[in-house]
Amino acid sequence: MKLLLGSAGRRNRLPHIACVFLLAAATLLAQTGNTDNGKRLFLRNGCYQCHGYAAQGGLNGPRLAQTKLPLIAFTAILRNPPPGGMPPFRAKVMSDQEVADVYAYIKSFPEPRPVKDIPLLNQ
Amino acid sequence: MPDSTKSNVDRRRFLRGAVTGAAAFAAQATTASAQQSASPAAEKPVVSALTPAFERPGSDFMVDVIKSLDIEYCAANPGTSFRGLHESVINYGGNKAPEFLTCLHEESSVALAHGYAKIEGKPMMIMAHGTVGLQHASMAIYNAYCDRVPLIVMLGNILDINYRRGSADWYHSVQDAAAMVRDYVKWDDTPVTLSHFAESTVRAYSIAMTPPFEPVVIVADGVLQEEPINEKNLRIPKLVMSAPPQGDSGAVAEAAKLLVNAENPVIVAGRLARTPRGIELLTELADTLQARVHDQRLRMNFPSRHPLHAVPLGDPITPSLADADVVLGLEAQELWTLTHKMTGLNTYGMEVTPTVKPGTKLIQISAIELNHKSNYQDFGRYVEVDLNITGDAEATLPELIDAVKRLITPDRKRALEQRGAKIADANQKLRDRNRELAAVAWDASPISTARLAAEVWAQIRNEDWSLVSNDRYPSYWCTRLWDFTKPYHYIGAQGGAGIGYGAPAAVGAALANRKHGRLTVNIQPDGDLNYAPGVLWTSAHHKIPLLNIVHNNRAYHQERMYIQMMAAKRDRGIENADIGTTFKDPFINYSMMAKTYGIYGEGPISDPKDLAPALRRAIEVVKKGEPALLDVITQPR
Repeated sequence: MKLLLGSAGRRNRLPHIACVFLLAAATLLAQTGNTDNGKRLFLRNGCYQCHGYAAQGGLNGPRLAQTKLPLIAFTAILRNPPPGGMPPFRAKVMSDQEVADVYAYIKSFPEPRPVKDIPLLNQ
Repeated sequence: MPDSTKSNVDRRRFLRGAVTGAAAFAAQATTASAQQSASPAAEKPVVSALTPAFERPGSDFMVDVIKSLDIEYCAANPGTSFRGLHESVINYGGNKAPEFLTCLHEESSVALAHGYAKIEGKPMMIMAHGTVGLQHASMAIYNAYCDRVPLIVMLGNILDINYRRGSADWYHSVQDAAAMVRDYVKWDDTPVTLSHFAESTVRAYSIAMTPPFEPVVIVADGVLQEEPINEKNLRIPKLVMSAPPQGDSGAVAEAAKLLVNAENPVIVAGRLARTPRGIELLTELADTLQARVHDQRLRMNFPSRHPLHAVPLGDPITPSLADADVVLGLEAQELWTLTHKMTGLNTYGMEVTPTVKPGTKLIQISAIELNHKSNYQDFGRYVEVDLNITGDAEATLPELIDAVKRLITPDRKRALEQRGAKIADANQKLRDRNRELAAVAWDASPISTARLAAEVWAQIRNEDWSLVSNDRYPSYWCTRLWDFTKPYHYIGAQGGAGIGYGAPAAVGAALANRKHGRLTVNIQPDGDLNYAPGVLWTSAHHKIPLLNIVHNNRAYHQERMYIQMMAAKRDRGIENADIGTTFKDPFINYSMMAKTYGIYGEGPISDPKDLAPALRRAIEVVKKGEPALLDVITQPR
């Protein structure tokens, strides 16, 4: 972060500071996200339709399970997805807390078994 | 006014009929007398001139014509306007070549023939009844048209109003019977004599089987079928097959130059391989050029584990061509969509951006331009290609390969080999990545489509197998995990993206595979199966061995995703996206459906651990020569 701020003027520094706070807030939300409610929302809101029940991803949506995205980036994509097929989920449809719950749910999936341990994937 | 009813009654029949036929045909006397009396009210039954004649009916000769074309089967739901032909097929023709396949819907008849043709490489005949039968059949004919598949539709109709006996005959008859489907068949005719029928049917076969392959329609007039043969010197013309149209030699030489000099040429194969030779030729071209191949999976074009095959991570219909400097489309589908990106459904308006880098040369070899129609626009958007070669790609490849070989110097060959090694390395990474992705939901329930594909592969990989369903619905997991090498290992999709094709096409393909003893596998979407499930009975009745695995996501899933997108885009919440798009309350039990239609059924199976034993049991049934069905509760895609 220091490197990022190093060459920036004061005007450009403010958004970065804001990001730091947002990131902290997001981290807090992720820690307090309710996985049970996240699962309910994941199903109710149809996330599974493109991303799969196990958030494994498919032709119509990328893998979400064990996402490496921070919550703030996850939320940003959810609110304003890039052009394609992903529908926007604005706050009117999913509150920030609900997004955090879904985030907590998809983070809760265990890591998949290594391919070498699945004989059928080594045929 | 000429008496059309009497016109076909010759004197010999009249004399014989006067002796033998009066009682049996008393009902027809009314017709005869009406044509002779100025006062219908005053008419009285008289001994008829129309008699039961046991001379050969016209439909017997029609069967002779059909037999001359070596057509193995005719698929049909019975219909009044072709009852004469139906009877001749099963009795005069001995119900052999063609054998009558009993279908429970005309859409199934056509889709069954569609699947058969893609395995067998030749058309089956379909019989359809007048207005109603053809309208039922029409969607499946359109699919076959878009998929460039040959079919012969024999359409019953009663053109002569004097022979329309009741209201149904009027509802079901039509002035120009083939008009309903003329926009999406290659050719049709309405023969008015038997000699005309013979010539047009032979011509129709030849036209259907000249690339681009397409359906054709012959209207078999009901009167012509049922009246005795009274034409002299009838003969059946010799079938003359046309050589497939080949690309212009100069243009092919130019294409070879562009390909050999390219730094990163990419080949996109659509409906290329129409014979087994197509795979061999594409492999030879790719090996010679050491070029990456994208198989759009519309035919079995290229071995899936070939080092140059760009194994898809996503949809192979629209692979990324961003790094190409020359793109060669071989009967490619939607070359424009391949090279452009459009604004997504989640935003308003429409912007288009190219997906290939500036200066990329586009070469297209395709026969599609030989059969453009106006109303139905399956040809796609106009593409500003650099070299457009009109001709059948498979027929053009030998000359292209020769031209490419002539241009490759030893130095160039070494450079190409280095490129090939890099492509092989990248493709191996894609294969590894696919296996990692398959592991993500490995133990999930509902069962992931990757797990489903891997479990099926484990059971069939040592058999002589044939996958006859569209691999798109299970997210191309079979393509991503299986080793496809032989022409019958895959047959592509429905063509026009019309639903209702899957189950009947699988039955038709399995029928063609039966005599070769192949294990035919159909990963069957549930929504598609519900269009015309009666084809399960057809497979039972005709003892067609076929392993059906229902990919049961309990929805018209593509549409459910679209409704979700629409609702979310409009900020209305998406809780209602299930309305009109899902099968629940109650769920449909496909194993019970299978049993109802007389085939082995098992399921619903939702635990992945139960899949392998169930597959083994079902395959055992199929190996005995019968169809079987497993209902598998799956992830959506």
